[in-house]
Amino acid sequence: MVLLVGAIFVATGWGVTAPRSLDEVRISSIIPDPERGRMVFYAGGCASCHSAPDASGEEKLHLGGGRAFATEFGTFYAPNISPHMEAGIGGWSTLEIANAVIKGTSPGGQHYYPAFPYTSYAQATLEDAVSLGAFLRTLPAVSSQNKPHDVSFPFNIRRSLGGWKLLFARRGWVVDGNLTEQQMRGRYLVEGLGHCGECHTDRNALGGTRLDAWLAGAPNPNGKGRIPDITASGLKWTEGDIAEYLKSGFTPDFDTAGGEMADVVENTSKLTDADREAIAAYLKIVPGSK
Amino acid sequence: MRKSAIMTLAGMSMALIGNVALADEATDPAVKARTAIMQLYANNIGQLGAMAKGNVEYNAEAAMKAANNLALLVQLDQSTLWPQGTDNASMVGTRALPDLWKNFPDVMTKGESLGAAVTAMQGAAGTDLAALQGAMGGLGGACQACHKAYRAPDE
Repeated sequence: MVLLVGAIFVATGWGVTAPRSLDEVRISSIIPDPERGRMVFYAGGCASCHSAPDASGEEKLHLGGGRAFATEFGTFYAPNISPHMEAGIGGWSTLEIANAVIKGTSPGGQHYYPAFPYTSYAQATLEDAVSLGAFLRTLPAVSSQNKPHDVSFPFNIRRSLGGWKLLFARRGWVVDGNLTEQQMRGRYLVEGLGHCGECHTDRNALGGTRLDAWLAGAPNPNGKGRIPDITASGLKWTEGDIAEYLKSGFTPDFDTAGGEMADVVENTSKLTDADREAIAAYLKIVPGSK
Repeated sequence: MRKSAIMTLAGMSMALIGNVALADEATDPAVKARTAIMQLYANNIGQLGAMAKGNVEYNAEAAMKAANNLALLVQLDQSTLWPQGTDNASMVGTRALPDLWKNFPDVMTKGESLGAAVTAMQGAAGTDLAALQGAMGGLGGACQACHKAYRAPDE
């Protein structure tokens, strides 16, 4: 792994591993819409990671962080993204929030670890990122202190993540071609905000998603079973089945969503019917694993 | 002596094979009964869901029948169906987590939420399709809240 990380530097170079920023002028010209931000918040599933462990109901809007994510690269702790001035992101500018979400870059100019799914969020429009920032500012401030990640060498060299980003940042869409407007909306929600590929797509040795096996299922990180294949050939549900599942959590057998998907459905249940139908329409055009 | 040892071993391996074959099937009558109740829930919610999804044309009378059945199911006294030692750590054939037995007050609260969701569905099912569709989310949420906390994920 040390060699691999070294190879990333050699392959990509030190200079190009520097963190990037969005266009400040462009960002400042956008008028934030907190209501739109609320939909982005639920589509992006922010609360699933950033609320306190075991939070439910209204507590899910208290984004003090603290949940632990054990991975083969180390254990990551979700940070406080509540509008608390010191403990959270209350002091951040809109540009800083948008850079975090879309570029995976902190206000201090560091790369975030990709436990934060910015490689998916990179697809978000600036309007959505700015509006999300406005919505986050309406939530309660929480004073919980951030817990440092427990990551060992060489993964603790954050600069190496610049190379990781270069190698695995997605450019453009995974599913391309002539899409209907509805399919395009679904693609935006699935490939972008919904970051479905982070769990439903297998990864390579360096933790990059395998785009040739897009949404074709992956081993479950908790070690039990597999996360299902949700491509058109892998998931036999109708579009109506998918939309209903994302709304009420009922499977076609009228059992309920299990495991992590129960949390996901909590979020997708807040979306509009049109958005859930768009997700279903998109999933029906995702080709099976090559 | 030696023969009986071999017989015992043979008996044990038969028992093991038997266990493997039955790994997914409940034999405990209480577990079988509560699983059957869950299937009755699924069957009636399925009739409502088929209308909600547009797979079956909306029919106020049929929807009310299903909703009323759910109301009857909610009222079933299940107190003998969840004896100690029928969790997934103690036996095969159930996905009920041991946590369920440690949090009975919370289980009851979640049961009351299901009752409220079913009452809402009873009010909505006979009104029109939009009302029925609107009540599906609450029903799903109530089922899911308990499953998420007290049922092991399907593998």
